[in-house]
Amino acid sequence: MAEKVLMKGNEALAEAAIRAGCRFFFGYPITPQNELLEYMARHLPEVGGTFLQSESEIGAINMVFGAACAGVRVMTSSSGPGISLKQEGVSYIAGSELPAVIVNIMRTGPGLGGIAPTQSDYFQATKGGGHGDYRLMVLAPASVQEMVDLTALAFEKADEYRNPVLILGDGVLGQMMEPVVLPEPSPEKTVEKPWATTGKGDNEKAKLITSLYIKPEEAECFCDHLRAKYSAMEERETRFECYRTDDAEIIAVAYGTAARLCMAAVDMVREKGIRVGLIRPITLFPFPSAPLREAAEGGAWFLTVELSTGQMVEDVRLAVGGRQPVDFYGRSGGMVPDPRVIAARLEELAEKKANAETAQPNEGGAA
Amino acid sequence: MGTKVFSRPDCLRDVATHYCPGCHHGIIHRLVAEAIDELELAPRTIGVAPVGCSVFIYDYIDTDFIQASHGRAPAVATGVKRALPDRIVFTYQGDGDLAAIGTSEIIHTAARGENVTVIFVNNAIYGMTGGQSAPTTLLGQSTTTAPKGRDAGADGAPIQVCEMLNTLQRPAFISRVSVHTPAQVVRAKKAIRRAFQCQQEGKGFSFVEVLSACPTNWGMTPLDANKWLEQQMLPYYPIKDFRIPEGVQ
Ligand SMILES: Cc1ncc(C[n+]2csc(CCOP(=O)(O)OP(=O)(O)O)c2C)c(N)n1
Ligand code: SF4
Repeated sequence: MAEKVLMKGNEALAEAAIRAGCRFFFGYPITPQNELLEYMARHLPEVGGTFLQSESEIGAINMVFGAACAGVRVMTSSSGPGISLKQEGVSYIAGSELPAVIVNIMRTGPGLGGIAPTQSDYFQATKGGGHGDYRLMVLAPASVQEMVDLTALAFEKADEYRNPVLILGDGVLGQMMEPVVLPEPSPEKTVEKPWATTGKGDNEKAKLITSLYIKPEEAECFCDHLRAKYSAMEERETRFECYRTDDAEIIAVAYGTAARLCMAAVDMVREKGIRVGLIRPITLFPFPSAPLREAAEGGAWFLTVELSTGQMVEDVRLAVGGRQPVDFYGRSGGMVPDPRVIAARLEELAEKKANAETAQPNEGGAA
Repeated sequence: MGTKVFSRPDCLRDVATHYCPGCHHGIIHRLVAEAIDELELAPRTIGVAPVGCSVFIYDYIDTDFIQASHGRAPAVATGVKRALPDRIVFTYQGDGDLAAIGTSEIIHTAARGENVTVIFVNNAIYGMTGGQSAPTTLLGQSTTTAPKGRDAGADGAPIQVCEMLNTLQRPAFISRVSVHTPAQVVRAKKAIRRAFQCQQEGKGFSFVEVLSACPTNWGMTPLDANKWLEQQMLPYYPIKDFRIPEGVQ
């Protein structure tokens, strides 16, 4: 039976991973994700799993690479500066088509930054980060419950697409406690992995996992193959949530912690009878462009809210394609916006839109 | 009727290699293949290929293989071995790969006593990228990035990897060998076989450094390269069994 417990985000994510069949974890300490590592150290051995604290993030991600080659469910977690170090390995994992789950509980940057929550690694998460022509599936939970649910999904999708999946959280989600329903432990999923390098056994042919394509023709062919895989993800895996958007004139766009703040702001503004709503991307790659485009075609204006100086707003603008205005509000460095300020920005935008609409018909007539 | 005294090891594929004339990588591959064959390990062996001239080792040795990023092979091997403790996992790495970019990975894998085998090919230079300095480049040896010869003041002193690893508690087997003469090839073969045996018997981390020639980037004929290896490298990198666990023949 599913149980409801009060858990810290980082620990809930770790428990969800174990329940999803993750039996190998390699990591290196960094705040604000240490509870995740520590939880794995305590609980993985209880289920016969392996926890290893590596010498560095580079070591950790390459251990993940090796374990993924062996066909097991494996995870690592870190925060900004550590994820930067992992990018080399992430590129190799993507280039070798291996399933692995990577967690980034974001802290501030650039550089050493601070341990307060931000969303400043959006570009790094969704636009590569490592070298080469690859994409990660990026999942953005907005609650402790979603950290649990999306972790199970992450392992499933990593295996399905043979691609690394990144869970992008932040210090708020990692540190806060909420009641969660934990899923039943899924008996070690027997996903067939005929490609895994487990020794050739009686097979004629040895297996090889590589990302080296010396001939440009072959390299291009491989990149085309990856592109087809990412297109399939775009078609089948795009996830988002719409909140009070049915009749919305103004739509906030935000993910993770910022989305929670926006939800509160939307409620405040709605109380005044102003029609605002929220679109919350759950997958940052594939990015939910279609609902944004449709809302723009329906005439809505947008306010992107991020805990950064503006990163996802570029994807929102691409989706909206200049059809309607896209405004931005963000705080960075670990400062968390007050929902009342977001509400004021939404109201302001609603007023601007109303003015623009009443001004428009006159423009022609006055000439 | 004659008896067959020598043949290609089963797990060495019958293909031409891409190595330069006089390069020792080919010989070392053969020794690794012979050891795998003799111990009958091929069906359960996973090799980890480096970045360097021997990146294509997976085209030559017929076992499962993983191509790792530059220097990280020991960490990759750790991941594989932890997931599959009953398999044989080995890395094959050059000196740039292992002693420069990958120092952290090799030291910590050795320190953990990870039950894997590392074959370390020391040719005192970067081969694949065209003859730049390695951490193992000898003092006075000239390279494309030390055109006037390596200078201790400016470039530091060459790293003796076996000696360095021998300061750690956990490695089970550490040996330095060479392949520049037939007698040394025989000795090298024994060390490589012992290293795999160590792993097979669960004794822990085994490490073989093989001194190796890079005639192309040293700018020598294969014969002169062998001479240079003997005269210049051996005094600084002595052939030696640093550590052998009890019971390993
Ligand atoms: C991160 C990274 N840095 C640099 C390179 C370029 N690179 C390829 S091989 C090599 C040197 C290899 O030298 P060594 O390990 O001594 O092997 P050899 O070619 O001599 O056998 C370098 C620097 C790379 N592929 N990746
Ligand atoms: S460059 Fe040197 S190490 Fe590389 S194949 Fe040629 S001789 Fe061998």
